Formats: sequence, C-alpha cells, structure tokens
Amino acid sequence: MVLVLASSIESKLVEATVKLLEAAATWLPSDVEAALIKAYEVEDNPVTKSFLKAMIDNVRIAREKRLPICQDTGVAMFYVRVGDKFPYTSLLPSVFRKALVEATRRIPLRPNTIDVFSGKNPGDNTGRYMPWIEWDFVEGWDLAEVTVLLKGGGSEVVARAKNLIPAEGIKGIIKYVVEAVYEAGPQPCPPVVVSVGIAANVAMAVRLAERGLLRPIGQRHEDPEVARLEETLLEAINRVGFGAHGMGGRVTALDVHVDYAPRHPATLSVAVLMNCWAARRATMRIYPDGRVEYITHPQLNREVA
Amino acid sequence: MRTPLSEEDVRKLNVGDVVYLSGVVVTMRDAGHRRAVELLARGEKLPVDLRGLALYHAGPVVRRVGEGWEVVVIGPTTSTRMEVYEYEVIEKTGVRMVIGKGGMGPRTAEACKRFGAVYTVYPGGAAALQASQVKRVLDVHWLDLGVPDAMWVLEVEDLGPLTVVIDSKGRNLYDEIYREARRRIDEEIYPKLGIK
Repeated sequence: MVLVLASSIESKLVEATVKLLEAAATWLPSDVEAALIKAYEVEDNPVTKSFLKAMIDNVRIAREKRLPICQDTGVAMFYVRVGDKFPYTSLLPSVFRKALVEATRRIPLRPNTIDVFSGKNPGDNTGRYMPWIEWDFVEGWDLAEVTVLLKGGGSEVVARAKNLIPAEGIKGIIKYVVEAVYEAGPQPCPPVVVSVGIAANVAMAVRLAERGLLRPIGQRHEDPEVARLEETLLEAINRVGFGAHGMGGRVTALDVHVDYAPRHPATLSVAVLMNCWAARRATMRIYPDGRVEYITHPQLNREVA
Repeated sequence: MRTPLSEEDVRKLNVGDVVYLSGVVVTMRDAGHRRAVELLARGEKLPVDLRGLALYHAGPVVRRVGEGWEVVVIGPTTSTRMEVYEYEVIEKTGVRMVIGKGGMGPRTAEACKRFGAVYTVYPGGAAALQASQVKRVLDVHWLDLGVPDAMWVLEVEDLGPLTVVIDSKGRNLYDEIYREARRRIDEEIYPKLGIK
C-alpha cells in the first residue's frame, strides 16, 4: 500500500516537474518581460530598438505556441529549498531525472550534455551528476520549493571569479564587475542580469552569485548598503553603452544582484555571473499532501486545478 | 537578399545595414567547424558546396517528422568560438555570409575583406520567432556529432533582422562599440566613482 502511494506521488511529481521545465523554457517570467518592454521604451537607437522588438515578439510567440524561447535550453539546474518535515525529499532526484528526460522529448529541449571524455551526447540531457541539484535546508518547513534555471552557454562563457586583495575593497569589486561586463560585450546576449557574490573564497562567492540569478528583477537586497552597491553597479554598467546585443544603447543590464558572506583576512573573493536577457526560471512549491503550486507562473495553477 | 549571393552583392553592404535573407543557409558550430577545417586542409570537399550560401552559427532544436525533420526553434550561438576556424572556411568554401551573434575577430574581418564576405548578427535568443522564418529542412549531415553540432541545410524566407557587423571593407561595428565603451569607462564611469 505504501509502495503504491509512493509510486503514484512520484509520477504526479514527475508530471508537475515536466510542466515546470516547460514553463521555464517557453514562458519568460513576468518580471523579465516587463524589464524588456521598459528597455524598448527607453532606447532610441533604431537598430537596437528593432532587436528588442524581435526579442519581445519572440517571447509572446514562444508563450502562445509553447515553443522554447531560445534554442539553447541550457543544462537543467534545480535549486531546492526543502523543509526538514517535507515527506518526499528522497524521491526528488529520481523525479527530476525522469522529468528532464520526458521534457527533453516532449517540449522538446535541446540535448546539451556532452561527455567530457568520449564527446558523446546521450540525447536526453542526462549524464554524470545530471540533472544538477543544489539543496538548501529550511528548518520547520513541511514543503519544498523547487526552482529550475535554464541558462544557455553564451551567458556562461563570460562568468568569472577571482580573489582580490582585501585592500582593493568595494571599489576593486566595482571595477572587477565593470571589466567583466566590458570583456563580455555582446557575447552573453545583453541586456543581461548580473549577479555578484562576495565572500572568503571563490567557491562561496560563486554559490552566492548563483543564487542571486534566481532573484526577481527589480528586487533589491534587504541590506540598504548592498542595495546601494547594486544601484551603483547598475548605473555604471548601463553607462558602458552596449545596449541589446551590443548594438549600442542605454540598457546593457536589466538588473544587478549582489550578495555577500564574510571575507577572510587575506582574501576578498568575488564571482560575477551573468544571465542572458532570456532569463528563464520557474518555481513551484510541493506541499506535504502532494499538491503543487506554481509561484513564478501562477497561471498554470488553473490548468492543474 | 537571396542566395546564391554574389561577391558584388555582399561588397555593397556596410556595417549597420539591416538585411533579410531568403534561400539556403547551412549550420555549423564548434565541432562542425573543426571537422570542416580538417577536411578542407586535406583538400576534401564538404557535404554541401557553400559557394554563395550563408553559413550559420546555430544549433537548432529539431523534431522527427516521418522520414524528415522539422525545426522546432533555432537561433544563433556565440560566434567568437569559431574565430579560429573562419578564415580558412571563408577562403576555401566561397561562403558569402556568416550569421551568428556576439561578434568575430580580426582574422574573420581579414577574410571578409580579402574574399568578399560579411558577418551579420541575429538577435540571440529570439528562437521561436526565427523558427517561423525557416521553411524546411533540406538535408542534414554529420549527425554523429549530435543534434546541435550537426550540419543542417535549411531553406529560409526573410531570415532577419540581420545586422551587418563586419563588412567587406574592413569595418567591424563591435570594435567601434568596444572603443566607445572603453572611453566611457576610463573617462566617465571610473572618475565619477573615484576608481583609478
């Protein structure tokens, strides 16, 4: 009896996760779409405007036809915030793997995982450690919040991280971020979302920057000093003048997110990650009774009900 | 514009021009370029004669339909990775237009000038829009490289907006935008923030 229940909840969660992947691939979150429309309104370079128009049209077509927004559907990364009282934690890795294989076939997603040594592409987006899962544990919660991020290769090749000398301070961080955006140029498909992590080592800095990519556009850090740094960086980056796809313009970044942990006496580690304009993410919550609620795409809740 | 493109056609184009292309485009990205350059170095032919056609840095999402294929969505990949190969490809195939995103370097610009070709960019990520501009899949080669890296031969209609970023006169639009960006960073942004 228990086994039957487990398998029925598993297949229900697989289906819900396929839907989550489909939402991420085909339906840009409303905060990102609104930021693109705003960028279109403030630009006056006609080539840049025509590119932004094509991008905004594309978002609408993708949503209506349920087609991937971008052909590079990335490598699937799952971010899970799971409560210690959530009953299905051990099911999740196999749920995500099955859902990814099914979503690759059904949406479809582009098969993007290539074995490093053999060069073989299994064709279903799986592979060693894939899909990648990052876990955060939340004390007292009886639910799980699952976010999937589909991030393409173009925005990944411009990622960078470094240990600065502590004497370089916040100004050193600003310079490092501005130079990262300059060197990236049109490659990551601007206007980008820039996410910065500052910490005692590179591993921590990357982890913080990664989670910053999940934060909605327009949402500032809760610490006013960090929020000010975000605004300083956003203004500086937009004065660089690349605009959409480097055609020249006022909006090179849709937003900048910063988070930090303490530094070490000898290090000031900084990581800069970027997401392309098609900043695709989708979040759902799974409740202890197996019910699923879509957070970034609430319109889907009607379809499920 | 329509393929086959003549040298005269592409030599009329200037950086910043916006064009729409109809006819035949052939995709090649990282692994395809590597294979193409190896074949060309040995004096062998590619599966498709690229003379007068457009070469597209893209890896589509495709679906099997009966015996054939359908492009579900398609869009450009970052071209900078193909910079190491493109001079030889332009020289030895006679391709007239390279389509991608993100820009290309001085060797490609030199090949465009010498052999009469242009590099254009399509707005990256606008893949659903572009799928409607692909009429059909004419052929596919090198599927052993995997779907993204295979050579897809596509019939397109009014593919665009394509902006000319490298013309055949030695101009590179992105170089100019980079130079202006550097000037703004050094003369405006850093001084205002007290950064040396």
